[in-house]
Amino acid sequence: MTEKMNIVEAINAALHDEMEENEDVIVYGEDVGEDGGVFRATKELQEEFGEERCFSSPLAESGIAGTAIGMSLYGFNPVVEMQFSGFSYLAFHQIKEHAARFRMRSRGDYTSPITVRAPYGGGINALEHHQESPETFFAHSKGIHTVIPSTPQDAYSLLRKSIQKEDPVMFLEPKKTYRAFKEEVDRDKKVELNDCRIAQEGNDLTLISWGAMIPLAEEAAEEVDADIEIIDVRTIQPNDYDEIVESIEKTGRAAILHEDSKTGGMGGDIAGKLQEDAILHMEAPVERITAPDVPYPLYTLEEEYMPDKDQVVNGIREVLEF
Amino acid sequence: MREEVYSGSIQRIEVMGTDDDDDFPWVEEDEYRELYKQMVLARKFDEKAFSLQRRGEISTYAPHKGQEAAQIGAMFALDEDDWMAPSFRETAAFIARGAPLDKIFQRWMGDANGQAGLSEMNTLPVAIPVGTQNLHTAGIGMAMEKKGDENAVLGFTGDGSTSQGDFHESLNFSGVYNAHSIFFVQNNQYAISMPREKQTKSETIAQKALAYGIDGIQVDGNDILAVIKAVEEALEKARSGEPVLIEAETYRLEDHTTSDDSTRYRDEEEVEEWSKKDPLKRFKEYLKDHGIWTDELEEFEEEAENRIDEAAQKAIEMDDPDIEELFDYVYGDNPDLIEKQKEQWMEAQK
Repeated sequence: MTEKMNIVEAINAALHDEMEENEDVIVYGEDVGEDGGVFRATKELQEEFGEERCFSSPLAESGIAGTAIGMSLYGFNPVVEMQFSGFSYLAFHQIKEHAARFRMRSRGDYTSPITVRAPYGGGINALEHHQESPETFFAHSKGIHTVIPSTPQDAYSLLRKSIQKEDPVMFLEPKKTYRAFKEEVDRDKKVELNDCRIAQEGNDLTLISWGAMIPLAEEAAEEVDADIEIIDVRTIQPNDYDEIVESIEKTGRAAILHEDSKTGGMGGDIAGKLQEDAILHMEAPVERITAPDVPYPLYTLEEEYMPDKDQVVNGIREVLEF
Repeated sequence: MREEVYSGSIQRIEVMGTDDDDDFPWVEEDEYRELYKQMVLARKFDEKAFSLQRRGEISTYAPHKGQEAAQIGAMFALDEDDWMAPSFRETAAFIARGAPLDKIFQRWMGDANGQAGLSEMNTLPVAIPVGTQNLHTAGIGMAMEKKGDENAVLGFTGDGSTSQGDFHESLNFSGVYNAHSIFFVQNNQYAISMPREKQTKSETIAQKALAYGIDGIQVDGNDILAVIKAVEEALEKARSGEPVLIEAETYRLEDHTTSDDSTRYRDEEEVEEWSKKDPLKRFKEYLKDHGIWTDELEEFEEEAENRIDEAAQKAIEMDDPDIEELFDYVYGDNPDLIEKQKEQWMEAQK
């Protein structure tokens, strides 16, 4: 049975279904209780499952992540919310140095199966620090999975899978597209982590992207007179990107689109992978279409900062015409 | 108009040499002897680890000399189903918890396999970053309350960590959620070179509890009986959802680690003064004064040395971990990426 949902509804449904299925799943974070979260992703969970299992916590990101680790060591599966990914840096130490390392540190004796959710990325005219794209920080943290869904179906299926994982997961939610569109979501559909998704098949160029940039990638692909394959990376790390290499073997051309800035962005890693494994199949250099290497601006300049359709179209054309 | 809206006070517990000692015996006679033996073992471990570091068998070691009463007393008070969360100077606590000596050496020798199997004794592996482990103590205590269990978790931390945000977040979360948590601060007077009075303007560390609505108490951390009493009282509260902060006043008689030279920041007289309060000497005198001392205890020093030597030798002779272990404990089910890299690294070794 399927049901039409947008991304935020799909996240709410995934949390609901996991809580129903496993009583050790608990949900907490700033304002997630009565308020249902500032984006309503945890809407009505407290009403249904009670304050013991869904509650608002003190305002302290490290405290939220660190206590979740402690609770996970004692048998819970906490799903905690960072109100905005730009504030997740306060919890970064707990996630990277503790959640990610308990298995290694104890030779598999302890694990910390927490899921940390955070609204991610820009494009909503929010305040400073509310629009960051910190995926590379988490991708660089070995021992955790960093997941960014781009569709309601993936948001639902990947979040359920993340909660079920015996590993910590950083689940970044593209908030620009939280309510942008709806699609049929099949609650029985299971999706594995660590794989890419072919969002659109094509033969002329592979456009690699994730999160809120996927709809932009699709729009841009329609504008150009070529057959574009779009790959939604969706698990940033660990991901061997072999699906991208396979695609390049077919298309011979690649462009990478992400809303994070260029230097240190994941586009560099993917380009490096293609250089190592697909160079002899490539007809053109890899193009990276990204934000510039400056801090995310206050919102009057947001549109100039984020990649737009023209930039993507131009980027694609450059690769096609090389 | 002004009126007082809050006032608080902090009490200190001492036993040895005070009127309170009229309550003797505090524990069973054989338990007194067992406590002493654990202290001797811990002291011998420290000495051995030091010499192994000088010989290059251990890269860096953090000595606990002077803190045996605090650690062993605290662990004695715990039951088996209580949890322990260490920082990194808790070797004496691991010994008291029953962790195999050779495994403790193995971990200090840089092999995480020394920390395998700790879940059987409800004990977390060592955490090196300062103070961040307090949030795990808070979270475990929150989980105990949520599960309706009647046990508690004791987390060790140091005076330096009380400057960290995570320490304060831990106390705050614990108070709000009635966590079954005890935060046991070993105030050993120095955070590397930073003396306690420059670390915080608080008169005591224990009083920091009051700001979070939880109980705080100070204890003479070189008095093992006072430590046991403080932790037993705290356990009674923590097990029913009242978290406690204990400040155990003690002294690090050695350097911060084997890479440190404490003569640069503290004078000999101070160390000598505290040496007079060496918890091991004090306990030995106490046992003699109370007629608990035996020939067996007199001879235990040699036995302890032998046991420590054997354990150290066993750890030295252990094989290094296999290279594949680099890849085996990162994820539950290894993603393809890690499996492929594992193959590459294994292949490169041939």
